[in-house]
Amino acid sequence: MIRRIRLVAWHVFKESVRDRVLYAIGAFALLLVGASIAIGQLSAGEDVKIIKDLGLSTIELAGVLMTIFIGVGLVAREIDRRSIFGLLSKPLPRWEFVLGKYAGLILTIVVNVAAMTAALYLMLAYLDWQALPVERRAWDAPAADPRLLVSVLLITAELALLTALSLFFSTFSSSALLSIVFTVGIFVTGLFSAELRGFGDIVEVSPTVAKFVGGIGWLVPAFSAFSDVKAQVVHGRAVPAAFVFYTLAYAAIYIAALLAGAVTIFSRREFK
Amino acid sequence: MRRVGSLLAGVAASLAGVAAAAAVLHAREVRSPVPPDTDRLLYLRSGKTADRVFLSFDALAADVYWIRTIQHYGRDRHSTRPDRFTLLQPLLDLTTTLDPAFNIAYRFGAIFLSMESPNGPGRSDQAIALLEKGLKANPNRWQYAHDIGFIHYWYTGDLPSAARWFERAAAMPGAPEWIRPLAGVTLAQGGDRQGARTLLRELMTSNEKYIREAAERGLAQVQALDDLDALAMLLERLHQATGRYPADWIELAHNGVPGMPPRDPTGVEYAYDPATHTVALGAGSTLAPLPRGMSR
Repeated sequence: MIRRIRLVAWHVFKESVRDRVLYAIGAFALLLVGASIAIGQLSAGEDVKIIKDLGLSTIELAGVLMTIFIGVGLVAREIDRRSIFGLLSKPLPRWEFVLGKYAGLILTIVVNVAAMTAALYLMLAYLDWQALPVERRAWDAPAADPRLLVSVLLITAELALLTALSLFFSTFSSSALLSIVFTVGIFVTGLFSAELRGFGDIVEVSPTVAKFVGGIGWLVPAFSAFSDVKAQVVHGRAVPAAFVFYTLAYAAIYIAALLAGAVTIFSRREFK
Repeated sequence: MRRVGSLLAGVAASLAGVAAAAAVLHAREVRSPVPPDTDRLLYLRSGKTADRVFLSFDALAADVYWIRTIQHYGRDRHSTRPDRFTLLQPLLDLTTTLDPAFNIAYRFGAIFLSMESPNGPGRSDQAIALLEKGLKANPNRWQYAHDIGFIHYWYTGDLPSAARWFERAAAMPGAPEWIRPLAGVTLAQGGDRQGARTLLRELMTSNEKYIREAAERGLAQVQALDDLDALAMLLERLHQATGRYPADWIELAHNGVPGMPPRDPTGVEYAYDPATHTVALGAGSTLAPLPRGMSR
């Protein structure tokens, strides 16, 4: 079973790294991470902070683009090319196929996030190397601060959740465009989930409306929950271990729920 | 049958998972909330820089900053952090620089800035500066001149300035007839509650919901001031008649005073301190703080 899932995952990974979209997004991300040095120069003494901010945001943004554009095509492409018939005729249970697809895309995302993180650390190390001691003393935290990895870990968890969401939509929609619309729609709603949960505090509405909107805020995937600590790690402040644990547990449970839904739908789907 | 069973099991597992995830998120918010972000930063503070950065999307960026302003104000109103409302003025400045004709940002923004703690930063100076900026960009907007007059009348208590701004508003094209007498009334009866009621009732006819709501709150505050005076007189009369002050509102009710315990226009009970024999707004009343120095 594990061997079959691993085979599907490896196939997805190989296919994804050949995808031109991936290279376009990767090049854009590396360019933006590199450009942050120039942007940092304009920031009057806050260059390290701005490079960290831009770097982490770029990793997140590029990861989101990769996940959406590659993730929604995972199943749709197989149906489009009719290769799904060949695959399903083999002794491969459908749930293993879905899990293999998911694992393959996660591998692609993790490799890309690791490459972008390495690029960010290289740049920060360069900045550290050429800075004067007096400049270093003015920084909130060391340039190549390992605490940034906490934020990278949470971004990776966010992307894993987004991957599960895009896979979920791609299992019941044959149109990649529709899957993109659904995924982006829920992603954007999830970014506002904290505002939705506290809707009654921000806007004066009736308690019923506040509760209804708050309920939606609890149910949609809370993508904003993963970005909450970016400002903390950039300033070198400690992030409580319990916070990281709860966030990762949240992602893991939600991913399991989405994959269960994806497997249920895909197992019943008929292909003509 | 078996297929339906497996479908139901799959759906149930998914829904249970989403519910469990929400429970974990709730546990995180209760047991390990997001560490407070002590440095609240606006990347762009200069409106002119923002104007260049957003290329041809200035109007859209202004909308986004306006939404951020509302969120910032709404959140900080319920927050206990010491640096509440610090981004309010820069956000309003950015919004109105990106879209100099953003009417509601000037008018409602000025109300946000003027409100005293705990409902706002109590920065009438910034509110007036924002409205003056609006007048510079939109010289025919009599509403901004009128609002500056109102801020002087209601918040700073500078009645000669209030009258001057009402006069200026009245002289502007399209200004309604009722503004001109306001200048005279302000100077003649400056700071009295009847004059304030006249002004607030006119504001209640505004097209903008937020202005109407602010006026409604102002009217309720004036009513609360009247109530507090009446209650203080009642306590004094009772003291003169019986030689002692009551211990609480219940004692007043036992003495045959109707309408006890008294409540302010929002329904919150007035607070009576038997030690000092004073009456004030109850804890939690949204009408606090009441305007100062406004005679009957």
